[in-house]
Amino acid sequence: MTFFEAKDLVKQYAGHKALNKVSISVPKGSIFGLLGPNGAGKTTLIRIINQITGPDAGQVFFNGQPLKPEDVKRIGYLPEERGLYKKMKVGEQAVYLAQLKGMSQKEATKKLKAWFDKFDILPWWDKKVEELSKGMAQKVQFIVTILHEPELLIFDEPFSGFDPINANLLKKEILELRDKGATIIFSTHNMGSVEEICDHIALINKSEKILDGPVEQIKKKYRTNTYEINYIGEFDKLDQVLKSDFEIIDQQKGIEFNTLKIKLNNGSTSNELLEQILPYLNIVSFREIIPNMNDIFIRVVKESKTI
Amino acid sequence: MNKIFIIIQREYLSRVKKRSFLILTFLTPLLIAGIYAFMIWMMLKDDTEKRTIAVLNESELVEPVQSSEFTTYSYLQNTTFEDVKSNMEKNGYYAILVIPKNILQTKTAELFSHKQVTIEVKSNVGSQIRQHIEKLKRAKIIAEANMPNLEEKLAATKTPISMRTIKFGEDGEIKQSSTEIAMGIGFAASFIIYMFIFMYGVQVMRGVIEEKSNRIVEVIISSVKPFQLMMGKIVGVAMVGLTQFIMWVVLTGIIITVGSALVLPGVDMEALQQAKTVAELPAGAASLDAGQLKMAQDILGTFDFAYVAGIIGAFIFFFLGGYLLYSALFAAVGSAVDNETETQQFMLPITIPLILALYIGFAVAKNPESSLAFWGSIIPFTSPIVMLVRIPFGVPIWELLLSMVILIGTFLLITWIAAKIYRTGILMYGKKVSYKEIWKWLRYHN
Repeated sequence: MTFFEAKDLVKQYAGHKALNKVSISVPKGSIFGLLGPNGAGKTTLIRIINQITGPDAGQVFFNGQPLKPEDVKRIGYLPEERGLYKKMKVGEQAVYLAQLKGMSQKEATKKLKAWFDKFDILPWWDKKVEELSKGMAQKVQFIVTILHEPELLIFDEPFSGFDPINANLLKKEILELRDKGATIIFSTHNMGSVEEICDHIALINKSEKILDGPVEQIKKKYRTNTYEINYIGEFDKLDQVLKSDFEIIDQQKGIEFNTLKIKLNNGSTSNELLEQILPYLNIVSFREIIPNMNDIFIRVVKESKTI
Repeated sequence: MNKIFIIIQREYLSRVKKRSFLILTFLTPLLIAGIYAFMIWMMLKDDTEKRTIAVLNESELVEPVQSSEFTTYSYLQNTTFEDVKSNMEKNGYYAILVIPKNILQTKTAELFSHKQVTIEVKSNVGSQIRQHIEKLKRAKIIAEANMPNLEEKLAATKTPISMRTIKFGEDGEIKQSSTEIAMGIGFAASFIIYMFIFMYGVQVMRGVIEEKSNRIVEVIISSVKPFQLMMGKIVGVAMVGLTQFIMWVVLTGIIITVGSALVLPGVDMEALQQAKTVAELPAGAASLDAGQLKMAQDILGTFDFAYVAGIIGAFIFFFLGGYLLYSALFAAVGSAVDNETETQQFMLPITIPLILALYIGFAVAKNPESSLAFWGSIIPFTSPIVMLVRIPFGVPIWELLLSMVILIGTFLLITWIAAKIYRTGILMYGKKVSYKEIWKWLRYHN
C-alpha cells in the first residue's frame, strides 16, 4: 500500500530545473532510499514533501489525500543542514521545537525526558547547546525529529557527523521505528550506507529520476550472471573445457587460492557451470557477484547519458 | 496562529532574560535620573567655599566690589603687585583683582590667580564693577539733567516682557504652549524612535542570521511557515522594545519622584502645582518671579493629560509602524547573507532613509510648517521620525491620518516583499548574494 506519492513534480529555479517530472511512490512501513549525487534534486524533493517550497507542477499525496498544511505534524524531518540555538538550554529548546510540531509543553517534556534518558543525555537537559559535543547535539536533533511520533520520517544524510557507535545506535532506532509502522524516506549520496537498510530506492540524477523499485528487484534486474569461484590447484586449459556459454572475465592467482570470474550467457545455469568445472577444480567457494548500488548507479547514469 | 504565538514567546523571553537587556533596562533610567539629579544638585549647590580676594584699586572708584557671605574682598593700600603676589599663599588670597587707573576708558580689570578662577567669581566681580560704574554714570547724568524725579522715571522705563505662546486647539479652545518644550519633546520622541528602529531592527537581522548560521532554520520551517517565523521574530522583538521603553518611562518616573522627594524636600510637585495658580494671579503680583513662573506655567500648560496621552499614543503608533516597516527589511537582509560582515552592501538602502529622516527632523523642528515637514511626515520611510517632531507643534488630523494609513499600507507591502526574499534567502547557504539575485527571488513562486 502506498503511503506517500509524488506525481510528475517539476521545480524550476532561475536558470535551472531542480526537478523534472519526478514521481516517487513510497510504500507504507518501508524504508525508502532517495539516492543521487549532490545537487541532483534530492533536497528540493524533500523540501516539497515538507511544504517548505511548493512544486511548479505535479501533485503530492499523503496517505492517499493531497498533501495539506496540517500534515506537517505527521511528518518528522531531519534536514542535512541541521543545528540548534547555541545559547538556549537543551531541554528548553527541545520542548520549543516539539511545541512547534503541535505538542503540548507537558507532553513534550515528559516524552523528551524518557528519550533523553534512553540516549544517555539527560544530565545535559539544563546545559546550553554550545556545551554539547557534536554527537550529543545530533542525538538531540534526532529525538526532536521523532518525538511527535510522525507517520512519515525524512532523514537527509542522517549519519553525517555521527561516530560509528552512534551511527549504529541511530540505525537501530530507525529500523525500530519502521517496525512500529512508520514510513521512512532516507536521502543520501552514500550508496553503500543504504543498501542494508532500504527496502525501496529511487535514483535521482540531474533532476530526473532514472531508476526506482524494491532493492531486491533492482539488484536482480542489474545482476550480470557473473560468478566468482575460489579454488585450489592449477587449471590452465579452462577455455578448452568450458562451453562457449561460459565467458571467463577474469582469472587471478592468489596465495591461498586462485580466483575465477565467469559470466553465464544464453540462459545457462550455475549448476551447469558447476558440473563442468567440478572434475577439474578443488572448489573453495562459489558465489554470484551481486552488483552493489554504487555499481548500479554508475551503470544507470552511463546508460541514461547514451540515450 | 498558536505556533506564531509560541515563536513570539521564545523570541521575547530569550531576549528579555538576557543579562545585557536587564542591565540596559535598569541602568539607563538610573543613569538618566543620575544625570538629572547631578544637574539639579549642581544648580542648587551654593558655592560655599570661603575665599579672600586681594584688591589693588588704582582707580577713583570707591570699593566697587562688596564682600559677600563667602567671598571677602580686602582692599590693599601702599603695596605693590609684586609684593602681594609673592605673599599670596601666606595671606591666603585666592586671587588678586587689579582695577587699573583708567578703567573707565579701558573697561578692563584683571584677575590674577594660580588656579583658574571659577565662573561665579569671575562673573560676580565683573557684574559688581559694571553696576558700580553704571550707577556712578547714572547719578552724574541725573545730577546734570536736573529734572525732578528722574531717577524714578528712569526706573519705570524698565519693562521686562515675558512671551506667552498660546496655541489654538482643534476646537478653537485656547491652549498654553511652549515652543521650546514642544521642540524638546518632539526631538526626544523622534530620536528615541530612530534609536529603537535601529537597535531592534538590527536585533531582528541578527536573529535571522543566527538561525541561518546555526542551521536551525530548516528544522523550524518544516514545522511552521517561513512567514510565521519571520513575523514571530519581528513581533517578539517589538514587544522587547516596548517593554524596554515602558520600563524606562516607569523606572525613570519612579526614581525621579522618589529621588526628588528624598533629595530635594523643598522642591516637590506641589510647588509646581501652586506655581500654576500663582501664575493666574494678576500680572503685577506674579511679576516678581515672572521668568520662573512662566516656565512652570508653560510646563504645566503644555503637559495637560490629553496632550501627554496623545504624544505617547502617537509615539507608540509611529514606533511600531516604523519599526515593523524597517525590521521587515532588516529580516530580509539577514536572510540574504551568511554572516554579519556581509550585510553592509544591503544595509545602505535601509540606513540612508533612516538617517535622512533624522536630519529632516532637525530641519522640521525649526520650521514645522514647511513643505519638507509635510512630505517628510507623509513618506512612510521618514514619517515615523519626522511626524513625531511635528506632533507637539500640532498637526492637522487629516495629515496625521493620511500618514498613518500610508505607513500601515507600506508596512504591509514591504512585509510581503521581505517575506518573499526571506523564505528563499534562509535556505541559501554559502552563496554571495547580489541585488540581481534578490530580484530573481522576488519572482519565484513558492
